[in-house]
Amino acid sequence: MSFFARLKEGLAKTRQLLNTPLEELFIGGKVDEALLEELEDQLVMADFGVETASAIVREAKERLDRKQKKDANAMREALRDTIRAHLEAVEQGVVPSQRVHPWVILVVGVNGVGKTTTIGKLAAFYQSNHEKVLLAAGDTYRAAAVAQLQKWGERCGCLVISQGQDADAASVVHDAFAAARARRYDVLIADTAGRLHTKSNLMEELKKIKRVLGRLDPSAPHETLLVLDGTTGQNAISQVQKFHEAIGITGLVITKLDGTAKGGVVVGLSEKFKLPVRYIGVGEGLEDLRPFDPRQFVEALF
Amino acid sequence: MFDSLSDRLEAVFKKLKGQGSLNEKNIRDAMREVRMALLEADVHLDVVKSFIARVREKSLGHEVMGSLTPGQQVIHLVHKELIHVMGGVNERLNLAAQPPVVVLMVGLQGSGKTTTTAKLAKRLIEKERRKPLLASLDVYRPAAMDQLATVGEAVGAKVLPTSVGENPRDIAKRALQSARMGGFDVLLLDTAGRLHVDAELMTELVDVAELVKPTEILLVVDSMTGQDAVNVARSFDEKLNVTGVILTKTDGDARGGAALSVRHVTGKPIKFLGTGETVDGLEPFHPDRVASRILGMGDILSLVENVLEKVDLKETSKLQEKLMTSAAFTLEDFLAQMQQIKKMGPLEELMAMIPGVKQAMKGREAQIDPKHMKRIEAIILSMTPVERRKHQILNASRKKRIAMGSGTSVQEVNQLLKQFVQTQTMMKRLGKLGNKGFMRNFPGLGGGLPGAGLFGGMKPPGMP
Repeated sequence: MSFFARLKEGLAKTRQLLNTPLEELFIGGKVDEALLEELEDQLVMADFGVETASAIVREAKERLDRKQKKDANAMREALRDTIRAHLEAVEQGVVPSQRVHPWVILVVGVNGVGKTTTIGKLAAFYQSNHEKVLLAAGDTYRAAAVAQLQKWGERCGCLVISQGQDADAASVVHDAFAAARARRYDVLIADTAGRLHTKSNLMEELKKIKRVLGRLDPSAPHETLLVLDGTTGQNAISQVQKFHEAIGITGLVITKLDGTAKGGVVVGLSEKFKLPVRYIGVGEGLEDLRPFDPRQFVEALF
Repeated sequence: MFDSLSDRLEAVFKKLKGQGSLNEKNIRDAMREVRMALLEADVHLDVVKSFIARVREKSLGHEVMGSLTPGQQVIHLVHKELIHVMGGVNERLNLAAQPPVVVLMVGLQGSGKTTTTAKLAKRLIEKERRKPLLASLDVYRPAAMDQLATVGEAVGAKVLPTSVGENPRDIAKRALQSARMGGFDVLLLDTAGRLHVDAELMTELVDVAELVKPTEILLVVDSMTGQDAVNVARSFDEKLNVTGVILTKTDGDARGGAALSVRHVTGKPIKFLGTGETVDGLEPFHPDRVASRILGMGDILSLVENVLEKVDLKETSKLQEKLMTSAAFTLEDFLAQMQQIKKMGPLEELMAMIPGVKQAMKGREAQIDPKHMKRIEAIILSMTPVERRKHQILNASRKKRIAMGSGTSVQEVNQLLKQFVQTQTMMKRLGKLGNKGFMRNFPGLGGGLPGAGLFGGMKPPGMP
């Protein structure tokens, strides 16, 4: 089975996994204050945040005409349409990697969100698409992070460029880029150490990595992915803001959506920062990365 | 971490200022804001509802005491209730069992189990004089075992060699055996991160717990977790009967509502806070202090404790003596002082603990770069001992040598000297004030703080 076929099949699984028991709310009811309040509460509990939740419910209600106001089911459709519209407004297709060689993807995020795992899956994704992938072990801080990326490299058959523990991350990325260019790799994916967005000195280090890449190729990095943990609440907004300010994010990856977390915070923030969600992570296997589909995401909510 | 929540509540209570009494109307307004603030802080909706209900009930029946404004009254009630929800008192690690006492670390992927395991080991070794054995049951995440081996050894703990080919149950049994044979009194078991809905892996944990009978099962929770914290905590607790919680990554700006949620649904105490990636970053969780922090009252107790723990008292009192006797304050002292400060951890963190500082610094984030301190250190260390004691002899050629030696520029050396001379002048002035007025210049330190003399052997005001 091809990787893309697997991705498609996986989406069905995602939907199942994300399903919720909101069904009974919509059966035979009418649209009244109690229903609206309940819907808002549900969105709050899916981590939408109070402001976004109430704005979306209000907007959805406005979509209904008078007749539909007697029908709770119409309200559900309206709510889905509203959320989807918000997500689709910033959606862009996954950028083809053919044009520039190497296509450089920089992966950043706070500690423990799943950067390295995501990189392993991304590498497998490109490899299965017959593109040669090189990995840069830019997390030189956390113990055994380099070894972790190397294991992923073995799994998907990619070469990993590393200088070991405590090396300068920018220097690792520099070397990896040079190697990727010399050996004609299609894609270079750079791992970075997890860092809290509030530590200014660590954000400076990221800026340096970006500067170094830009010196080698003014258009690099071609994609800067911020990985967000799907279980994160409203702090995700602060994370996106700080990383975006520091190095300019081009897309989001939401991980760990195979649990009970809904990742609703992404709805408000992708719109606020005009950032598309590129992928979602739904497991620890090589194939557990899916292109983000607003329709699936919304249907999984309720 | 909780600053945004305290800001919100402060705004609420500003609105309440100037109103004569607590009535149904102004309590409703206040509670709406409190609800909003708590939800934005990621406290779970159900927890918020019951919290609000309780505070409202208590405020309604409450007489406004003569000396308090209604706002202060509500702050007091919210504060008290926050403490109540978070468990009242700090609960220590339970080590009262026949050794080896088994501690099992569990949680979702990426919550910080391995890092926390090493921090806990360090704490056990240094504070409790224990001899812990560490073992990783994580056969799933690539290189997880290498990570524990590295960080465990870094804190001077013994780490059991394990391999991914083994069943986690077998590793657990073997680890317990090794701990017994090797005369270890605590066994820390790090486990693989897992989803609470993963039946197979949850069963594995239950089996492990059955086999090794842990005294503590600690659930490690990321302080940035949203509403889902409730589901996670409930599931883990139902399956494993968790004994305590460790809240990690609290050095970020997350509002930390997960602390309230987790405590509320499990009823289990939060025992520690993880702060930062260095192995020292683990603090006991004091509900009263965190509640104070939530309400913007600062956390002066943690500051005092931090100072006592990390500052070399002998060194500081030597410095103090110099100051009192107006002896020359040299670059050597400057360096020693800086090293003392560095030991206490990031300055931003320290300053945030002082009441009022957080509000005062709003928007003007203190950017104190540890690398800058390192450069200053390098410059001073590149001087000869004579130069350090007598900076006046530094001429152009000496400065050039020092700049070369420290990898900096003459400009930077000059800048440091300027800074130092300023400090020296200030120190002289303080020295002159001496035992007369020094402490009095710092209200709240001299007067209010019990045992302020503990600050580096400083003499209490008025004493010769």
